[in-house]
Amino acid sequence: MIRFLLRRLFTMAVTLVIISALVFFIIKLPPGDFLSNLIYELRAQNDNASITKAEFLIKQYALDRPAWEQYLIWIGVIPGPNGFSGLLQGDWGWSFEYDKPVADVVGDALWLTLLVNLAVVIFIHIVSIPIAIYSATRQYSIGDYLATFIGYIGLATPSFLLALILLYYLNRWFGVSIGGLYDAKFAGEPWDWPKIQSFLAHLIVPTIVIGLAGTASMIRRMRANLLDELGRQYYVTAKAKGLGPTKALLKYPFRMSLNPFIADIGNLLPHLVSGSVLVSLVLSLPTVGPILLSALKNQDQFLAGFILMFVAVLTVVGMLISDLLLAWIDPRIRMGGGR
Amino acid sequence: MRYDENPLETLMEAPLLSIRQLTVDFHTDTGDFRAVDGLTFDIPKGRTVALVGESGSGKSVTAQAILQILSKKARITGGSIIFNDPALQAPVDIAALKPEGEAMHLLRGGRIAMIFQEPMTSLSPLHTIGDQISEALLIHADVSKDEALQRTMEVLARVGFPDPKRALRTYPFELSGGLRQRAMIAMALITRPSLLIADEPTTALDVTTQAQILDLIKELQAETGMSVLLITHDLGVVANVADDVVVMYRGRIMEAGSREEIFRHAQHPYLQALMRAVPRFAMAENERLTPIREVKSATLARVHAPERPQPQGPILKAEGLTKCFTLRSGRLFGKPRMIRAVNEVDLELPTGKTLGLVGESGCGKTTVSKMIMRALEPDAGRVLFDDGTGPRDVHRLEGEDLTDYRRSVQFIFQDPFSSLNPRMTVYETLTEPLRIHNIGTPDERYQRVKQLLDMVGLDQRSLRRYPHSFSGGQRQRLGIARALALEPRVLLCDEPVSALDVSVQAQVLNLLKDLQSALGLSYLFVSHNLAVVDYIADTIAVMCRGYIVEEAPKSSLFRNPVHPYTQALLAAVPDPDIDRPLDFAKLRTDRFSNPAEWPEPFRIPDGEFGVMKEIEPGHKIRMGRVTTQEAA
Repeated sequence: MIRFLLRRLFTMAVTLVIISALVFFIIKLPPGDFLSNLIYELRAQNDNASITKAEFLIKQYALDRPAWEQYLIWIGVIPGPNGFSGLLQGDWGWSFEYDKPVADVVGDALWLTLLVNLAVVIFIHIVSIPIAIYSATRQYSIGDYLATFIGYIGLATPSFLLALILLYYLNRWFGVSIGGLYDAKFAGEPWDWPKIQSFLAHLIVPTIVIGLAGTASMIRRMRANLLDELGRQYYVTAKAKGLGPTKALLKYPFRMSLNPFIADIGNLLPHLVSGSVLVSLVLSLPTVGPILLSALKNQDQFLAGFILMFVAVLTVVGMLISDLLLAWIDPRIRMGGGR
Repeated sequence: MRYDENPLETLMEAPLLSIRQLTVDFHTDTGDFRAVDGLTFDIPKGRTVALVGESGSGKSVTAQAILQILSKKARITGGSIIFNDPALQAPVDIAALKPEGEAMHLLRGGRIAMIFQEPMTSLSPLHTIGDQISEALLIHADVSKDEALQRTMEVLARVGFPDPKRALRTYPFELSGGLRQRAMIAMALITRPSLLIADEPTTALDVTTQAQILDLIKELQAETGMSVLLITHDLGVVANVADDVVVMYRGRIMEAGSREEIFRHAQHPYLQALMRAVPRFAMAENERLTPIREVKSATLARVHAPERPQPQGPILKAEGLTKCFTLRSGRLFGKPRMIRAVNEVDLELPTGKTLGLVGESGCGKTTVSKMIMRALEPDAGRVLFDDGTGPRDVHRLEGEDLTDYRRSVQFIFQDPFSSLNPRMTVYETLTEPLRIHNIGTPDERYQRVKQLLDMVGLDQRSLRRYPHSFSGGQRQRLGIARALALEPRVLLCDEPVSALDVSVQAQVLNLLKDLQSALGLSYLFVSHNLAVVDYIADTIAVMCRGYIVEEAPKSSLFRNPVHPYTQALLAAVPDPDIDRPLDFAKLRTDRFSNPAEWPEPFRIPDGEFGVMKEIEPGHKIRMGRVTTQEAA
């Protein structure tokens, strides 16, 4: 087990190194960078003070050095102008666009993103698992068709459209504004109880909107998996023992059908971060999605690089978690035998 | 308990279960059909009733109806199933109960228990044996978890688990097939039911394990006085364990009676036909099995082997084949283990003959056939193939020569269901080998495929159909046709009939025999069924734990089996002849499959190979070290 963990940690590290290189060089791929663009603009306006500041930043972040050196400095394995200060040292760099350290720009947004997405994941599972069990056990019944139909509608509706519709009608009928993740008056306030209440109230709509598409596909997959398992012999055995249908279902086929979903956790997390960008824009949620989008557009390299690396770490850690969970719930994987 | 003190009295007593005019209908998209049609029979207390028939005869559906675990498409549409259990106040009609009602839940698993054919798939791989067995007791008895586990341990010990305490925490995939079936039996019996339904309980097991499981069921029956409904297609098993026999065909009873009546005076033509289709040991030299439905082929009489140079010696020869596998260890820091799957195997396959390779699962017979096919690289030894130009080492062939070898040696698989691609039509399946080897124009391929289909007795109209619309026997014939497409010289048949019904088995065996004499093919026939090998092979090699332990022409092997393992294998095959019952006492020990525990002079200590010794022309036996030294 310990050897397995060490091996996994090693491959994780290698993966992250490769991803970081890819991320960095892809961001650098288009000619120019944020600061040089800025300097051109400022030159045109003859704003010398700003130019000096920009040139100072270029020096400060070694943007005048070759790309590979910049990369190594960003990672933190070779000393930059300020000694070792890169991702490894916990220095996430400077956002030129916001003119603030990256940590200050993303700070709250990161946690809000994680919270929103956690809520979405929980919502998807709570809604789809019972529906999937219902429609699998009553295959080809009216309820099954209905669930399938609604599922397809959910799958086919673009989330941003749904967000727009809800935004409009909720405001028109109930006079509620559902944009943002808390009332505007709480912006910049510390997290006290009224702000948390406001946050929870605002969480509902984004959760439903982002979760609905996921719910539909989850129902489809869970239903198919369960139907597979329902035909298996061990389920008949369980019933032949005298176990009631619900108990037998939950203890045997349902548990067997969970494996693919646990294996999917690693994929789910990053997908939710990047997948909800459109909805976040429409609902003006203060999550990292919109920040990432503008950072990429403006070639704000450290900000974009950091967010992408954050997603990558999330993915890799998610994969590790799902592997460990799988080994925990499935003895066949734990013992490395059987079929 | 007093049973069988006076057989007459037992018969006079009301039967435990009486089925009257039972009808079960299936309602499917393609139409309705009646799976069980007016079935009537009794299961007396304390006796074993065997329900015999081919697949699709409705015997499993009957069992499911008794437990009310029919699939959703099936429904009991008539008749009654009266269950007269002494533990209940009054007899109940199961057919009238609701499948998910309280009363049915009490009976199911509590008073009527069932064991299934596939011990691998009938247990959940995610739960421990202890959990799954004690669950049955927890549902039906008012006991605490600890008591239930205690009882589970007792039952596990009773069904022959060597270490019941450890067994509680093991998972099904850690156990051998025999132990898994024992666990299933423990699960069925922990609630002390009055009726045990055993649906093909030993079909998936090796012969020696089968004998042990049958013995166990018999013993437990004597102890508890329960009745057993045994569902099987194996008349040998029936002859050995049943008291009464019911023969089913297409949902109806063809014949019913005591074992004596059925086996001595089979009346119904269907039963007589079924009996003629089973390979037996005492068959005459050129006696043919009579399948219930014979394959008819016009082409087969006309085809002949293509003209090509014939080898002087054996067409295929294995010399000192050895293969080791490394197993990952199950424990956290354990070292990987080495398994010697095949130990210095020598084999010779003469042209136009059949070499039978017999052994139980895990003995290495499939590994040998894979090395011959060059799907596995041997660790030592070589395979020689002679296409008429002299023997050449198969594992050194390259390029053109290797392609030729691939054409000459073809494979027939065990499972006719998974060995055909469900998304390819028969035409695509059969022309694929020709396309791969660039043989013929599309027109010529079409002609060839039509000829192949006719050779295996299938209609040409099946060309556009997909495999799922064929029965198991038909699919296996498709597999044979595919293997024949490239005009091979050698066919490697890996358990080609073990997944088939007896009647279909006879059909396929006869087809293989006819093809051999018409096309001059050589067969390496791998099987665990000695009677089948006896029917088809000229020479038989018996394998155990990677060793060839005995090799002989079939007449001398069956006349004079010398090696203890061969003797045990022969003794374990249930013969459909009630005058030759199984000797259960002899098969009770597991000693015969461990080379280190064979009696002298056969004993082979760990790490040694022993030596083959010829005791009469062509009859060779593996001896341990002691005799070797004496000989020197």
